[in-house]
Parts: sequence; C-alpha cells; structure tokens
Amino acid sequence: MTDKTFRASMRSLSALLVALAVALIASPSAFAEEGGGYANANINVHDEASLQRGARLYMNYCVGCHSLKYLRYSQMADGLGLTEKQVMDNLNFTGAKFGEPIVSAMPEAEAEKWFGKVPPDLSLEVSAKGADWVSAYLKAFYLDPATNSGWNNTVFPNVAMPFPLWQLQGEQVAVMNPPENGQPAAVKELKLAQTGSMTPAQYDQAVRDLTSFLAYVSSPDELPRSRIGAWVVIYLVLFTLFALVLKKEYWKDVH
Amino acid sequence: MADESINKGRRRFLTASTAVIGGAGLAITAIPFVETWLPSARAESAGAPVTIAIGKIEKGQMVRYGWRSQPVFVVNRTPEQLEWLPKQDPLLRDPKSNESEQPKYCQNATRSIKPEWMVLIGICTHLGCVPDYKGEVKPEPFDPNWKGGFYCPCHHSRYDIAARVYQGVPAPLNMVVPPYHFVDDTHIQIGVDPKGAA
Amino acid sequence: MGAFTQWFNERAPGLGAVYKKHMTGYYAPRNFNVMYYFGSLALLVLVNQIVTGIFLTMFYTPTAAGAFDSVQYIMRDVQWGWLVRYMHVTGASMFFIVVYLHMFRGLMYGSYKKPRELVWLLGMLIFLALMAEAFMGYVLPWGNMSFWGAKVIITLFSAVPVIGSQLVDWIMGSFVPSDPTLNRFFALHVVALPLVLLLLVVLHLGALHEVGSNNPDGVEIKKHKGPDGHPLDGIPFHPYYTVKDLVGVGVFLIICAIVIFFEPTVGGFFLEHDNSIPANDLVTPATIKPVWYFSPFYAILRMIPSKGFGVLAMALSIIVLFLVPWLDRGKVKSVRYRGVGYKVALTIFAIVFILLAAIGADLTPGWIVSIFGPDADITTIENLFGRTLVVLYFAFFAFLWVYTFFGLEKTKPVPERVSTHD
Repeated sequence: MTDKTFRASMRSLSALLVALAVALIASPSAFAEEGGGYANANINVHDEASLQRGARLYMNYCVGCHSLKYLRYSQMADGLGLTEKQVMDNLNFTGAKFGEPIVSAMPEAEAEKWFGKVPPDLSLEVSAKGADWVSAYLKAFYLDPATNSGWNNTVFPNVAMPFPLWQLQGEQVAVMNPPENGQPAAVKELKLAQTGSMTPAQYDQAVRDLTSFLAYVSSPDELPRSRIGAWVVIYLVLFTLFALVLKKEYWKDVH
Repeated sequence: MADESINKGRRRFLTASTAVIGGAGLAITAIPFVETWLPSARAESAGAPVTIAIGKIEKGQMVRYGWRSQPVFVVNRTPEQLEWLPKQDPLLRDPKSNESEQPKYCQNATRSIKPEWMVLIGICTHLGCVPDYKGEVKPEPFDPNWKGGFYCPCHHSRYDIAARVYQGVPAPLNMVVPPYHFVDDTHIQIGVDPKGAA
Repeated sequence: MGAFTQWFNERAPGLGAVYKKHMTGYYAPRNFNVMYYFGSLALLVLVNQIVTGIFLTMFYTPTAAGAFDSVQYIMRDVQWGWLVRYMHVTGASMFFIVVYLHMFRGLMYGSYKKPRELVWLLGMLIFLALMAEAFMGYVLPWGNMSFWGAKVIITLFSAVPVIGSQLVDWIMGSFVPSDPTLNRFFALHVVALPLVLLLLVVLHLGALHEVGSNNPDGVEIKKHKGPDGHPLDGIPFHPYYTVKDLVGVGVFLIICAIVIFFEPTVGGFFLEHDNSIPANDLVTPATIKPVWYFSPFYAILRMIPSKGFGVLAMALSIIVLFLVPWLDRGKVKSVRYRGVGYKVALTIFAIVFILLAAIGADLTPGWIVSIFGPDADITTIENLFGRTLVVLYFAFFAFLWVYTFFGLEKTKPVPERVSTHD
C-alpha cells in the first residue's frame, strides 16, 4: 500500500468512525426502554400559546396533587410571556406569593393515606421519562374496576393515580386479548367507551400542550438557550475565520 | 519572500484584530459568571415586599415584622408623642434627617407618610443591636425627660419617636426608614415606594 | 510592552528564560497534523472545568439532603446558573473525547516510544486521575444514577481479596453511599484531584519538553540541526503553533457551543435521564450504566461472567495501556511506516473500542432487536458479541508484542526528514 493510498484510506476510515459515533448518538435515545419507544409527542416549547394552554390545564387538573416545586410563579410568568396579574389571577390556586415555588396544597400525609403513595413532584418528569412517555401516559388511562381508584393505565400498569382528565378525553375501556397458558389476559388496545367534552383531536392537542408545558418546566433554560446559542455560534465562526487567516499569514514562513 | 515591511504590517493588523475579537469574546463570556453573583430568584423571593395589616395595632403600640431578614417596627403614634416630636429638634444630632437613610417622601417632620404611622428598620445605627421600644412619655432611668422613642440597651443610644438619634450617644445616625406605602387604610406594603413618589 | 518586559527581566530574569524555553524557544516539528490539536484542547478543557467548577461550588450544597435541590437552584434560580452547569457537564464529556483522541494519536505515531515513555506514563496517570475525578463529579448531583452508579462502582472493590468488604466500607464511610460518601467525594473532586491533575499536567508537559515532541512521521527532528543549532524540521512553538492551536480552539468551541446551547444532554449520553430523579436507595434505575466515557471499560466488566475476574479484566484493560511502551518492541514509531499487520490491528482496536462503548452504553439491545427481530435472545447475542470484543481488545496488545518481539513486522524505510505536507 502506498503512502497516498494509506492516507486516503485513513481519511475515509476516520470519516466512517465519526459517522459511526454520530449515528450512535442519534440512535433511539436512551429513553427507548425495553418493548420499544412511544409515539412522538410532537411538542414545541417555543410555542408560547401552547405553553399557556398547558399551564392552565396543569393548574386546573394537576396542581391539586402534584407540585412543581422547582419552578416559581414569577419564573413561569417570564417563560410564558404572562404578567404577574395574569398569573396570580388565573394560574395561582395554591395561595403562594408571586415569587414562591408552585407547591400543591395537598398535605403529603393525607395523599399517602388516600392513594397509598405521595403524588410525585413533576418538575423534572419530562427530563426523567421523556416527553413521549408523558404524552403516551396521559392518553393511556382506562376504566378498571379491579383497582382502588377505578382506573388503570397501559403505560404505567397499576398506577395509584386516578385519571383527572376523564371529563376532557372521555372514558376508555380495555379490549383484552384472550388469556393464554395460565397467563392473565393482556390489554390488546383501548377503546373510547364514553366521549368527553373534547374530540380525540382536541384531546390530543390538549395533551401536546400539557406535555409541552411540562417539558418547559423540566428545562426552562431552553427558551433563552437556543436564542443565545445562535449568536454564540456566529461569533465563534467569525473568530475562527480570523484565527485561520492569522494562522495562514504566519505559516507563510514555514511553507 | 515578499517585502518584509508589508508582511509585518499585515501581521500586526491580523494579530491585533484577532486579539480584539477574541478579547471581546472573553469579556462577554465573563459577564454571565459575574452575574451569577447577583441575587438569585430565591433571594429575590425572600427579599420580596411584605404586606402587613395594621388595623389592629392600638394607639401607642409598636409591632415588629420581618422584611429582608431585618426587623421592621411599625408604631401607631399617640397625639402626645406627636406633640413632643418637634420639640426634640435641639436635642438631636440630625433633626432634618440630612445624613440618615429614608425615602424622599419620609424626609419630613414626622419621617413618615402619615403622621400617626411610623415605619422604621429597628437596627441601631451604632453597632447593629435591636433597640427597645419605650413609647410612654414618662421619666426613664436613662433619661428623666423621656418623651417616648427607642432605647438601645447595648451602648445606651437613644432615639425619639421618629427614630431620630439624640446627641451625646454613640449612634451616629437616625434609624433607617425603608420604602413603603399604604395599600389601603389598614395595610402597609414594605419594600415598595408609593406610586409616583421617590 | 517592551518596557514592561525589560522591568520584569531585571527583577526575575530566570522566569523570562523559562517562557522563552517553553514557548518561543521550544522547537516543535513542522508537520503536526489534525491529531496534534488535542493536547492543547485538553488544557483548554481543564481550565474550563476549573473555572466553571469554582463557580458551581459557590452555589452547590454538598449534603445528601441538599445536593439535588441545589443543582436545581443553580439551573433555575441562579442567574446564568444553567450556562455554568452545562459548560461544566459538556466540558467533562469533551475532556474524554479529546483525551481518547489524544491517546489514540500516541498509539498511531508511537509517541510512547523511547525517549518518551515517561510522557506516556504521566499521561496515563492523568487518565486515571481524570476517571476518578469524573466519577466523583457525577456522584455530586445526588441523582438516582449518581447514587446507584456510586454503589455499583464502589462495590466492585469488594472483589479485592482479603480486605475487599472493609475497603468498600472505608471508601463509603458508611454501609451505603450517603452523606459521608458525598462529603468526601466533594472534597476530593473540588480540591484534591484538581491539584493532582494540575501537578501531573505540569510534569507531563515538562517531560515532553525535555525530549521534544514526536510527529506524524515518527522522525526525530533533533537528529538534523541547522547552523543556528535548531532542528531543521522544527519551528518555534510560539508563534506558529500558538496561532495554529487558536484555530483548533475556535473549531472546538463551535462544537462545544452547539452542544451546550442546542442539545446539552445529547440524548441522555452527556446527562443521563435517571439523574433527573433524586437519589432513592429503594428504587434502582432500569439500567445502571455509567456515563458514556466509562462505557468501554464497563462493557469489559459486564461481559466477564464472574465478578472477581470481571473486575480484574476491567483493571487490566487500563493497566495494559501503561505497558504499551514495553509491549511494542518495534523500532519504527509512526503507523505510516509500520507493517500492514499493525495498521490493521490498530484499526480493529479503534472499532472494537467504539463497539465496546456501545455495549457499555446499553445501545446493543436496540440494535439486536432491529437486526434479529423482537423475539431475539438479546442476552446471548450480546454476550457473544461482547465477549468477542473483549478478546479482540486484549488481542491487540498481545498481537503487538508477538508481532514486534519476534520480528514479524515488515516496516517501510523511515525518512530522515519529515514529509513536507500533512
């Protein structure tokens, strides 16, 4: 193998390795657990209107049990483009001051008594489980007389949580597969038995809004981050170009 | 190679411009780090204005509140206390409050928005102790001519009922009056000036 | 500027000489290629870690009760806290990307060979210190992966004969990772190991400057000096490589900025999802895995079915790197002039390293299912694949020794002077 051929093949090999590394990173992210991933949640944290709708849904249906203790009302106002008055009048049901964190009014001891488990704080839920999981979870509740709450969930089997959005989505029931070889019957699919105030398309949008809001709560820094990032990259490209011209000038001495 | 002087000039220019661009970048990068020291959202929340109800405070009574980790005294001054107030001027270090800290709208004879209500930060301007409220107009062991005010037990500084410091005591200044305003007749918010004032 | 230099030199003439010796007077080979950027980049990342680390320490609470909350405090309440934290986290991963490429350069061009064995050994010590530093740093946020990662890795030490289980308790200061563990890791991560790293880096650079840098042709430039006493193929490090490294810094920072501002978690590889859950000693994450940069070694550990031998294999996989200057008996330094066998072996080694990383990072189940279908026996296939890779990993070093010790390598003639282009 000549020197030239070797170098050419090394270059293509390096390119291949870089591509391999990039493919590894881009491959189904670490969220896809056993059994495959969930449908894409299609959220957009840069859609302010969606975040606002999601926030309203959260405060109406979720904050009664679930805190967002790492987010302050004042920070939510900033992120969602709302005034203090708008937040305090429409989104504050916990009686907290504007600068205070969003904490559910439900005492933990009571919650544990009623549900068997303290409803977890959801500040980092999307970070921990992924937007796709959260979105799928919110669509996967079904009536199940065998549980304490009367509800079950195919994404989180035997969850202690009752379904707070049934008035919107309606009530789903499980269509079961026939039991095989002594195994308990498994859920084949969910069917909407009783319609709610929203059509399936509207409920999908509501879930998208709520998930977008929770994604924002997980990383509120995402809003300023990409904006600033564009400028940083532009600056760095400019700097690198200047450095390159400077280098070439000095290296005239060497070549 | 080419003409040496052109080379050097070009090099100096390129080096300088790259240095300027790089330096600007470094300086701008330093800004977020410096700003991390600014009060965080948590500190802002803890330092947020405090609204207090004053409807139940009786005449002559002083009540203590907390704001920004400091004691705030609110006094419902009696007519007798207010009557003696202007007569204290010759005995005070700074009767016109020129040296001390208070909002513009409190640099007046009573150091307050409404004469009956005195709001002040209860920290002695000497070495930082919290003075006692001695509101009654009656002779006291530390002053036979006491006309009501504040007495600091640490080093015996004395203030009148508008928190102005007397002469001949260690404390150098009148006690601080914080920004505040009346939300309505029975509520005061500490930490925010009245609209259109100061 | 000139006046200042004169004032300084009158008062500290030795220092000026040191600067001259290591910058304008240090003659480096003129044919450095892209693989030679990574040393200076590693230094840049070290500075970044220290500066961002100091600022994080201003806001972080090093207790089991307060650590997780304090990280959220930094991310949300502290002005620009999110930026400082992401710079630190991205820097940690970039440190390993840069260091692995830097080490690979050494393998490619024989930079570990005489007279540079000491440079290589010091570099390996830096690598060890870096791994310890990164491991402890990851425990500090006290997320669930911090806790369980700490538990698994510390428990590995129980494999040490005789003193194993006492050693584990000694490291943890308790019977399970908890406050004492966190407190001491904090002290080590923030103070002790950074000092050790700084010292090692100074020694590493000092040792390098004593003998001079290698180059992609593996030619010793000091053999041919000009009338001025400087190597014919050498150029002063300053200004030529300072200015060239500046370009490298620019490109590198662009990549870092894209990560930090647009995708800081890199799909869960730079910042694992399970660490968004506070440490919970009752709930184990679905898969315990270390951050990606430990993956190759973690895979080696996992692929050996016995705990004791698994730990031994993992330790050996790192120790063997220390021995490379003595395993490789070949006289030719650079891969450019080495035998075909070496070129093939090194290529396979690089691929094996990346594939081992994929196993350690738990990517293989997904691949296996997409290749073999959903009913595939993932464990068996992964074990087969992984164990083959482990054998190949160690085979590289065995091959290297056999190939060179028995004179099986057919090298090409090494030029006297460097090739003029990269």
